[in-house]
Amino acid sequence: MGITADDVARLGALARIRLTEQECHDLAPELNVILESVRSVSEVAGPDVPMATHAIPMANVFRDDVVTGSLTQEQALSGAPDQEDGRFRVPQILGEE
Amino acid sequence: MTPNLTASAAELARLMAAGELTSEVLTRSCLARIEQLNPALNVFLSVDAESALAQARDIDARRAAGEKLGPLAGIPIGVKDNFCTTDFPTTCGSRMLQGWTPPYDSTVVGKLRAAGLVIVGKTNMDEFAMGSSTETSFYGPTRNPWDTERIPGGSGGGSAAAVASFMVPLAVGSDTGGSIRQPGSVTGTVGVKPTYGGVSRYGLVAMASSLDQPGPCARTALDAAMLQEIIGGYDRHDSASIDQPVGDLTGAASAADLSGLRVGVVTELGGEGYEPDVLARFDEAVDLLRAAGAEVVEVSCPSFRYALPAYYLIQPAELSSNLARFDGMRYGHRAGDDGTRSAEEVMNLTRDEGFGKEAKRRIIIGTYALSAGYYDAYYGSAQKVRTLIQQDFDRAFEAVDVLVSPTTPTVAFKIGERMADPMSMYMADLCTIPSNMAGNASASFPAGLSEDGLPVGLQVMAPPMADERLYRVGGVLERALEQQWGAPLLARLAEKEISA
Repeated sequence: MGITADDVARLGALARIRLTEQECHDLAPELNVILESVRSVSEVAGPDVPMATHAIPMANVFRDDVVTGSLTQEQALSGAPDQEDGRFRVPQILGEE
Repeated sequence: MTPNLTASAAELARLMAAGELTSEVLTRSCLARIEQLNPALNVFLSVDAESALAQARDIDARRAAGEKLGPLAGIPIGVKDNFCTTDFPTTCGSRMLQGWTPPYDSTVVGKLRAAGLVIVGKTNMDEFAMGSSTETSFYGPTRNPWDTERIPGGSGGGSAAAVASFMVPLAVGSDTGGSIRQPGSVTGTVGVKPTYGGVSRYGLVAMASSLDQPGPCARTALDAAMLQEIIGGYDRHDSASIDQPVGDLTGAASAADLSGLRVGVVTELGGEGYEPDVLARFDEAVDLLRAAGAEVVEVSCPSFRYALPAYYLIQPAELSSNLARFDGMRYGHRAGDDGTRSAEEVMNLTRDEGFGKEAKRRIIIGTYALSAGYYDAYYGSAQKVRTLIQQDFDRAFEAVDVLVSPTTPTVAFKIGERMADPMSMYMADLCTIPSNMAGNASASFPAGLSEDGLPVGLQVMAPPMADERLYRVGGVLERALEQQWGAPLLARLAEKEISA
């Protein structure tokens, strides 16, 4: 079962990347080659093999609940493409109505 | 006085400690070398001469005042452009972060500053560290100083080429699937991927979080060991950081021989698909290890053949998630915000314009591998393969102390040669990926040149938190080869004229 240009367009929408029809068309066969070559992984490990979650086993990491330094508002906004009144200014999130 | 830029960092540091060289003179020479060669090699994306000289003068003044300084204080260093720096832009080789200067320093950079190293600039890399050739950088490819028609490896081609071309004695990189070791191999330099968790990832722009690991790029095993002792160690800002001492890496790099060391040659990493010269240099290097007292046996790791395919599911899956943060809202590039478009439309345009082709390709694959209905078959299966690879390593390290293989199947290929064929590009990381999947320590050391005069590397793999074994093997191999050649490998590059 291969990936079609329509699938690529759908994945592009999920990943929030505008892809032209041409890009979807070009990417589909490339992705199929890659997916074909990685398909072997689904055949090698049986149900008895546990999934690795970390390279090195580790426990959850906690720290003491004490206040430490953090970025100032100015620092946090320093890379903002647009800002207003000390806040990030972004395009409209909801519809006009 | 003109300092010898081909000298090791250890030697330059010794001269400074003895009062025979100042950091200012050394830094000035490095900056002149960068100015001379950067147009041909495209190694540095940003350089700040004024700030570097100010740092150097500060170290000189403190040394003159009798302050006790660290072992590498005053040594100029290059930093891969995915480490956050408050005084340089941090672009990750991407248009997405063009001109972005982070509001905080990465832990690695903070440690370099505290140790008195002089940060001269930021080095070129594949976009967001995706690639094996530094060709996917938005800012153009870096060229290999051994042959400027060829790639310097990737993703950290800039850091490796900076060290190889004597611009700086040291650099730092990050290794997710081989991005420190493979560039080290094809430029004739030392590249080390420490144990996962050995060097903090805090402030390293994340690509695939369960695989990313910062590490040193250098010209000698001892220099790399000195650098890892500085940047390594526990950091509470990284949840994967290991709370254990770094160990005596410099002592290991100076070991006299390999007596009592059991070395395993990995059956699956060699043979068909490997260039004859790569295999010949590898065999000769293994003979030298044997002559130095090592007991060499062959070890089979049958699951390694699935490491590359599993990696190309896990890595895109993790990066598609990590790179979701680049949406043009809070920092970085923003496209198409003309007052009529919604935030979602602006995100779509921003990510179309901000990411290059390989980044988009991997984000789409990762999105696919994580999507409903495919998650178990792809991502889940790949994580199972990861368990099998870890089990192979565990078994191998019961029988031997280190494993060895070629670092990469071929010498540096030509620029443009593999860009149209992603799978052939991915093959460059065939030997390096298993250690990222299992998290163990691994390094590449120079093993000689091919018939065409291009560097070949030997990879050494050690168990987690046994990084000192890498340096022991690398140091002994380095001295044995130097004795054979009468000079370090890079001395041959020092004699060459580098031009585009």
